[in-house]
Amino acid sequence: MGHRDSYIPFWRDVRFLRFFSQLLFLLIVAGVLGYLFQNMLQALRQQGLVLGFSFLRLTAGFDIGETLIPYDRSSTYGRAFLVGLLNTANVSLLGILFATLIGIVVGVARLSRNFLIQLLARAYIEALRNIPLLVLLIFIYSGVFLKLPQIRQALYLGPIMFSNRGVFMPWPLPAETYPTYRLILLAGLLAAAGVGFLLWREGQKTGRPPLIGFWSLLVWLIFATGGLLLLHPFRLDFPQIEGLRVVGGRRLTPEFMSLWSGLVIYTSAFIADVVRAGIQAVPKGQVEAARALGLNGFQTLRLVVFPQALRVIVPPLTSHYLNLTKNSSLAVAVGFPDLFSVSGTILNQSGRAVEVIALAMSIYLSLSLLTSLFMNWYNRRIRFVER
Amino acid sequence: MSRHSAAPDTALPPPVERYTVLGWVYKNLLTPWYNALLTLLALWLIYVIFLPLARWAFTAARWEVIAVNLRLLMIGQYPKEQVWRIWLALHFLAFVIGLTWGSLTRRWRSPALAMMLLPWGLALIPGFSSSTRTHLAILPLIALIAFGIAQVAQSAARRQVIPLWVSYFILFILLIRGLTPPEGWFPIVPTNLWGGLVLTFVLTVTGIVLSFPLGLLLALGRRSNLPIIRWFSIAYIELIRGVPLVTILFMAQIMLPLFLPGNVQVDRVIRAIVGIVLFTAAYQAENVRGGLQAIPHGQYEAAYALGLNGFQTNLFIILPQALRNVIPVLVGQFIALYKDTSLVAVVGLLDLLGIAKAVLAQPAYVGTQREVYLFISAIYWLFSYVMAYLSQRLEKALGVGER
Repeated sequence: MGHRDSYIPFWRDVRFLRFFSQLLFLLIVAGVLGYLFQNMLQALRQQGLVLGFSFLRLTAGFDIGETLIPYDRSSTYGRAFLVGLLNTANVSLLGILFATLIGIVVGVARLSRNFLIQLLARAYIEALRNIPLLVLLIFIYSGVFLKLPQIRQALYLGPIMFSNRGVFMPWPLPAETYPTYRLILLAGLLAAAGVGFLLWREGQKTGRPPLIGFWSLLVWLIFATGGLLLLHPFRLDFPQIEGLRVVGGRRLTPEFMSLWSGLVIYTSAFIADVVRAGIQAVPKGQVEAARALGLNGFQTLRLVVFPQALRVIVPPLTSHYLNLTKNSSLAVAVGFPDLFSVSGTILNQSGRAVEVIALAMSIYLSLSLLTSLFMNWYNRRIRFVER
Repeated sequence: MSRHSAAPDTALPPPVERYTVLGWVYKNLLTPWYNALLTLLALWLIYVIFLPLARWAFTAARWEVIAVNLRLLMIGQYPKEQVWRIWLALHFLAFVIGLTWGSLTRRWRSPALAMMLLPWGLALIPGFSSSTRTHLAILPLIALIAFGIAQVAQSAARRQVIPLWVSYFILFILLIRGLTPPEGWFPIVPTNLWGGLVLTFVLTVTGIVLSFPLGLLLALGRRSNLPIIRWFSIAYIELIRGVPLVTILFMAQIMLPLFLPGNVQVDRVIRAIVGIVLFTAAYQAENVRGGLQAIPHGQYEAAYALGLNGFQTNLFIILPQALRNVIPVLVGQFIALYKDTSLVAVVGLLDLLGIAKAVLAQPAYVGTQREVYLFISAIYWLFSYVMAYLSQRLEKALGVGER
């Protein structure tokens, strides 16, 4: 080391080149961003605006159609953002739940031995994967939910009422016995935990993995349904037509229904394909080996096929969950007040384009990062442990 | 052909099962007992969903809204006397597709070839003008001629495929946009007249082509061993992939004019393209990175051992192999973008979806949402399905993953 190295001129020294090229890159990026930022500040100055988030404390002055928390037009912009965020989270979570359920059913149906069922599942998947979600959403909104009959001629599916003012369904309201019922539920939880612990200790002793989750859930369900039957803690509130409007029950607006059902239908087609690929990825020999070991059909599915399929399914499933959350921003096309569409209103009201867009984008980014963190954690848990 | 020449010690394939019609129905639809129930369920679903749909489509639907506005939906307000340019672009496209396909396969009876004949089917639909019919009739002929040329000189044609597609892109934009001032022989058509399916394709094609170099650089940057460049690439890719496209389009529409000096005007279509390119580049980067990761490390080591520097290694050794693997994924990205371009309707552009909304805003066509949206869904579906199918065949023809 030392003397011979000094024969290399510094402009051919790799260490120098590495340092210099990165410095150059940094300078170029900083220069470009600085230039753009400078232009922006100048443009804003001409409009008499200063960057800053203090406008979030100002009064919003506009109404939002659907809110999960108390909000009116005298609330602040910050609260309006929160309303939008909660609506996005609500529709995304409900969407993910139902898209997964339907996706699993369709994915399994796609592999059915029954030709007709298989055909229907294939048609469902192929039809939905190849059209834009936005077109589907607008079609569902303006072609289905707004075309439903008026309240007087509403369609009924059991007790659920479909009209162009939205979907009305019976909703449980707490009765006088509700506080007692809550205690019973708590007791059920304790009993379930106790049963789970006993089973776990038994499993430790004998070395057989027991169905802890199943039995605990069963115990809790016995408590829950028992309490429900004995105490009647809820009173079902049925929607009823009164003049030109509907009272009682729970109203789901056409906007919410269109967005939610569009997201569910669209995403479930992708999830169905993921599920099919996951099940097909488990080699047939695994099933045959499991049967040869004497496992029955259910055990084969639970212990052999499912854990292996899950490993293939989870990573793409994660990206579809993320897509669903991001796609919920298309709510703006059907007029559902999600984060993005509320942001648009705030932008128009306050004129704070830069701050509003930056805020909306960073919230979406954090939602995406949170989802992928959770799914990565889950994926690590079920991953194949190599020895 | 090798079925009968199998060596005696290799296992024979399982015998092909043969059924009578009734036997097939019995086996696939009726046994065991729950299968019969499922069949009933499926029949009930078909009855409940498809029968009313068919009844509506053939009796109640007002399809004349499509017939009257077809031109608007396809090309927007593109000037009537310049429509030949769009047809010319389509004829060139037929040539390039025919040549590509002919250079990749030796099979004449492939279903992909049948898809090339699709325009003939369209020409049979009543209501088209005779010039439209002629153009539609010529399209498959050009494709077939190009297919034939590529069959005769397959290896030569194969080398020309990628340069041909790149030059086709430039030609396409040139044809649509024009070259001279309005009174010249090849007038510029301002972008506010672009619309309908043509705009959808312009956005898709420019989005894919322009985002590719950016994505390539980001992918190389993400694998670079220079920390600042790597972290910049990771930050860009993850940031973009974490937000919805519609927010980026919004940003491009509203913030781009703010970012540029006050005297620079950027029209709405260009702004949308900027947003689409910035968005797609992050996804392209991940696609290319997938291709790069599939290259064994020995390739790098061999290149260095031959005395190539980092730049030469990437350009001559790594990228040619990586990109070949990435082509089918690129087609997938193309399809995804084709569907995603519909979001420009949210920021007020008149692409296929935007123009459909404009059609529905006419008082004469109030209440025809189902017809119009079903029609544009069918168009989106058709191209997307055909492209997905072709990309599957392309994957086989290129032999990706079979080495």
